[in-house]
Amino acid sequence: MSNVGIVIVSHSPKIAEGAADMVRQMVGDSVPLAFAGGNEAGGLGTSVAAIMAAIERAWSEAGVAILVDLGGAESNSEMAVELMPEEKRGRITVCNAPLVEGAVIAATESSGGSSLADVKRTAEELGA
Amino acid sequence: MKTGSVLLTNAVGLHARPSVKLTQLAKSFSGVVEFALTPHGPWIDAKSPVKVMRVKAAKGETLHVRTDGADEDAALAAVLDLVRRQFDEG
Repeated sequence: MSNVGIVIVSHSPKIAEGAADMVRQMVGDSVPLAFAGGNEAGGLGTSVAAIMAAIERAWSEAGVAILVDLGGAESNSEMAVELMPEEKRGRITVCNAPLVEGAVIAATESSGGSSLADVKRTAEELGA
Repeated sequence: MKTGSVLLTNAVGLHARPSVKLTQLAKSFSGVVEFALTPHGPWIDAKSPVKVMRVKAAKGETLHVRTDGADEDAALAAVLDLVRRQFDEG
């Protein structure tokens, strides 16, 4: 699939899964989508390894846009990007946008075949 | 440039899901696709999901649509048809 992939990262597995459900129902199946929620113990938190796995599941040659909720989700997502293979790293970006709205908007933009830069810019318009 | 207008008849108006459908449809055309709630604008880029969602057009409002470019006829017809079909949501 050549549309930009979307990864949802939340401290809560339920929020991550629920936000992904909203994207699937509203935008459809034309966008690679994965989510990571909760820490290794299944509690509230985020896991670098789980985020990396989600990036791989949502991988697209056009790149992957990551939407995060609070502090640790952002820093762990950035760490996950740093740990990805070098040839992929440059095509992964963390968006500065609200999680649910940002994921739906980013996926909508991606479903039209937009570039990673356009997907990120559109999601970040939400805060403008 | 082509213009047309259509009444929003679906219950929720231009809320999130209809906005996504309108944006996706608009993006499938190469030319400009814009709409407004009056014949004189302000014109909203129908390809921008953020801008479309901000309009929050309600049931009973009229969408004025204008398209420009090589596929302007098809784009106008498709957008008007989507709204008339109530965004396939009934």
